[in-house]
Amino acid sequence: MNNKPRVGVLLSRVRVEEKLLLAELESRGVETKVIDDRELVLAVEQRPELGVDVILERCIQHGTALYALAVLDAWGIPTVNRYEVAEICGNKLLTTMRLIRDGVPSPRTRVAFTPESALAAIEELGYPVVLKPLIGSWGRLISKVNDREAAEAIVEHKDVLGNYLHSIYYIQEYIQKPGRDIRAFVVGSETIAAIYRASDHWITNTARGGQASNCPVTPELDALCVRAARAVGGGVVAIDLLEAPEGLLVNEVNYTMEFRNSIDTTGVNIPARVVDYVLEVARAAR
Amino acid sequence: MPKCPECDAEVTIGSDAVKGEIVSCPDCGAELEVKETAPVALALAPEAEEDWGE
Repeated sequence: MNNKPRVGVLLSRVRVEEKLLLAELESRGVETKVIDDRELVLAVEQRPELGVDVILERCIQHGTALYALAVLDAWGIPTVNRYEVAEICGNKLLTTMRLIRDGVPSPRTRVAFTPESALAAIEELGYPVVLKPLIGSWGRLISKVNDREAAEAIVEHKDVLGNYLHSIYYIQEYIQKPGRDIRAFVVGSETIAAIYRASDHWITNTARGGQASNCPVTPELDALCVRAARAVGGGVVAIDLLEAPEGLLVNEVNYTMEFRNSIDTTGVNIPARVVDYVLEVARAAR
Repeated sequence: MPKCPECDAEVTIGSDAVKGEIVSCPDCGAELEVKETAPVALALAPEAEEDWGE
């Protein structure tokens, strides 16, 4: 290996984030190889020879990311993030179980496997509740259920949707939040930046129109986010938090984070911090 | 100048465009993928699927 690690960027599309990461790598003179996941073939019986020292995973499809990382991980190729992190963060129930294991506060959650037991769980939690698909992002297909009639309709719809995963009912208490949530960015062992995402709608994702503003990283926020990141396996992750009356709750953890709205907002060069970490991982693997 | 495959409008692509980059058509708003850079070739970007995200 040369002094400077060679970095492979596994991606599906060059969005704003990938462009910023590639520009950052180029500005440092890092030998970079773009690997299009639509063209990737991994011969799983042998160590993939990709000609790089570390892979930065930026796939848009969770399934692609997960299984590509599974093969790379099995062959000991350093990746950011690691397979375990993708597996946990890509699934809301597995994420919740890790948060609970590590004592990270999160909304009360129920999981049920039939429409009848899902309705019973919803009634036990009390309205409103939030139903979420186990796998999915950008606020898609999440439902705030305000009463019994809506619960019956949503559960029936989920029951007949094609993918069996929709029949695993992930039900959370609805948190009365102050018209916003918090998205915090953790790189390694530090919360490098955070934003508020404000919206009149209860879904506050910036992909759904939430407005970003800077959120100061207090020692309390930093400590909680780092704990949440460690719970899911660490690396480069974005933590979504809710400001509940009783304190901060960790809602979700994202492993291929989007940050285009957060660089100017926070004044933190997020792609530079990510690249620092990727190079660190490659050097540590030497 | 390359044209939008959806509405045939002319789409200006920056000189720093890279293969795989996603741009929007200024006329119809369709998401387009830069398939080639020399010369520029555009195609409709794939629709989001269930497991897309971050």
